[in-house]
Amino acid sequence: MTMTKETYAPGTHPSLPPPNNTVGIIHWLQKNLFSSVTNSIVTLVSIYLLYLALPSAINWLFIDATYVGETRKDCAPEGACLAFISERFNLFVYGFYPAELRWRVNLATILLVLAGAAVLWDKIPARKHLLKFALVYPVIGAWLLSGGLGLEPVGTHLFGGLMLTLTIGVTGIVFSLPLGILLALGRQSNLPIIKYFCIAFIEFIRGVPLITLLFVASTMLSYFLPPGTTFDLLMRVLIMVTLFASAYMAEVIRGGLQALPKGQLEAAESLGLNYSQAVRFIILPQALKISIPGIVNTFIGLYKDSTLVIVIGLLDPLGIGRASVADSAWLGLSTEVYLFVAIFFFISCFGMARYSLYLENKLNTGHKR
Amino acid sequence: MSTPTPSTNPLLRAWYDKETRSVIVQIIAAAIIISFFAYIINNAVVNLAAIGKDIDFGFLWQNASYDINQHLIEYSSTSSHFRAMIVGLINTLLVAVAGIVLATILGFMLGVMRLSNNWLTQKIAYVYIEYVRNVPLLLHILLLHGLIITALPRPKGSYNFSDTFFLNNRGFQMPSPEFQSLFWIVGAFVVAGIAFAWWFSRHAQKVQDTTGKTYPLALINIAAIILLPLIVYFVLGSPIEWDVPALKGFNFKGGMVIRPEFIALWLALSFYTAAFIGEIVRAGIVAISHGQTEAAQALGLSDSRTLKLVVIPQALRVIIPPLTSQYLNLAKNSSLALAIGYMDVVATIGGISLNQTGREMECMLIVMGIYLSISLIISSGMNWYNNRMQLVER
Repeated sequence: MTMTKETYAPGTHPSLPPPNNTVGIIHWLQKNLFSSVTNSIVTLVSIYLLYLALPSAINWLFIDATYVGETRKDCAPEGACLAFISERFNLFVYGFYPAELRWRVNLATILLVLAGAAVLWDKIPARKHLLKFALVYPVIGAWLLSGGLGLEPVGTHLFGGLMLTLTIGVTGIVFSLPLGILLALGRQSNLPIIKYFCIAFIEFIRGVPLITLLFVASTMLSYFLPPGTTFDLLMRVLIMVTLFASAYMAEVIRGGLQALPKGQLEAAESLGLNYSQAVRFIILPQALKISIPGIVNTFIGLYKDSTLVIVIGLLDPLGIGRASVADSAWLGLSTEVYLFVAIFFFISCFGMARYSLYLENKLNTGHKR
Repeated sequence: MSTPTPSTNPLLRAWYDKETRSVIVQIIAAAIIISFFAYIINNAVVNLAAIGKDIDFGFLWQNASYDINQHLIEYSSTSSHFRAMIVGLINTLLVAVAGIVLATILGFMLGVMRLSNNWLTQKIAYVYIEYVRNVPLLLHILLLHGLIITALPRPKGSYNFSDTFFLNNRGFQMPSPEFQSLFWIVGAFVVAGIAFAWWFSRHAQKVQDTTGKTYPLALINIAAIILLPLIVYFVLGSPIEWDVPALKGFNFKGGMVIRPEFIALWLALSFYTAAFIGEIVRAGIVAISHGQTEAAQALGLSDSRTLKLVVIPQALRVIIPPLTSQYLNLAKNSSLALAIGYMDVVATIGGISLNQTGREMECMLIVMGIYLSISLIISSGMNWYNNRMQLVER
């Protein structure tokens, strides 16, 4: 190339390099952090606030922290006392499940991962068989955890820690979706008795806090059973949590159902499909697709709400944390314990939220811009 | 192929008729529902009779004989269970209303931060929202409560704000007002100021509609509601005396205190709900098409007027319905107060009263009834507001 004036045929002029002030780190800083006076002030204030908060937090949590020790006295006073977490780790995971039977919990978790993968991920090999397995998994899981039929029975009062959270969360998720679909369809139904029953049920459940329902489960439910019968506290909690989540699920799915044009059902009927066929093949696939974000949000809410069981005395990780904060050998550790539990919940809930984004993108067959 | 012959069985024919079938299905459904309820109610009656209990709300007028550490109305351990319930209800409403106010302010700030063109603020808001949303509320409450109890100093080493406000692990101590006899005049001026502001806003709107003239509305209203009563207050010689808290021995005497349970619950509820409101606000603003902003600019509106007159009124329409359900959630979530010992309606009538009297059925009915009414009131209030904001179409 020469510096002389050249003539180019139309469309063959070589591109000039971009101007210096639109590329590179300086440009990025200018555009994103210092584009105007207000913007610069905001940036500086944010940096100052981060400077106040971050270094001391990192020091406390990592650098000055103590990771191993037997009692509170082994911990450096200026740092976090993580020795407690490592000391009690098994309690946080298994609760009071007998130590020699913990392989059953592990096995149930591995099988859960397998079943979950089959449901959630469509590229897994031999998905057909795994899906059949996923269908019977709830029975297998319940059998492994509580025993009976050849396995040594374990009382549900020994359930605790992460495994309790998973038990409540998975049960609630598995059963609240179908129940929610039924309730949503019932609410949309043109049979008044069914419709008003569903409305009353949904609005009642949504109008009261979960805590009161759990109280009902723990104190009053036995009044409504035939005299002399009782059943397991965990079972009652599972039923209440499922009913609670299904009412919210029903509202989310109703949103999806209402978003469908009426013509879909009419077209299905004109093709000769009966109600159940139309619902299964035409209505639900579309309505559920629309409501995925809401459904996953309800799942996340249900999962987080499982911590409320501590008010009726079940010990999930939060409950174990709260009980151990009161331990005299480890006084004054609430922040460490609660942060540890918070990390666990954050990972699982954030994971669910990301999965819902992935699913939305995958199922988005509409016109993308 | 043979065409199906119409059945001669009348029952089968009725089943194939859509109308008749829906009646049959409903009769069956009603029978199942009614018999289910009859069954459990019968069980309850039998069970209650077996242990010699009945349903009786008379216990509400017996002595409660327990203390409530935060009561905004007169209450002592000789008051009745009914009064304890009212005290609890007031505490619930207090934390719910305070929470809704703070959560709304924080939430709108977060929503705007998420849309800021400053990369740093945007990311800070994002990290905050994701962390707070994905951790259970109960954990936030316990964590904050633990922090207040363990990290704040004892009363002796309180954080001292000019000898009038003190922050320590017993709460936030502040002066309490004692109204003197002349104070009612100031109150009357405030009421009159509000009435004037209401009338003046309508008048200014009318003037603007007919002549296009505008008044400095906000300034005049602030002067009427705040400035004038303030002047009157000082003219009358400051008819409020402040009872300032002071350290006596191991604790503070005098003034009033915002207890750590209330602070923890209030902040946790607000921080948690604010994260959700932030996302709702962001979605609402994003939903307004860019053409609206451009059109407003083309008409010569300034940036702030574009926001105030064009973007926000339209965004509010998208924001309000989900905002309502967040308010409802906040009100219901305030029942988690139980976990840290804040005496709300669940902890009083549904907790201690229930345990003392053993009347589970009645107490839980009352608690559920109260929450159902709160939910109904909030949602109908927001529906009314929503209807006013709705687009008026032909």
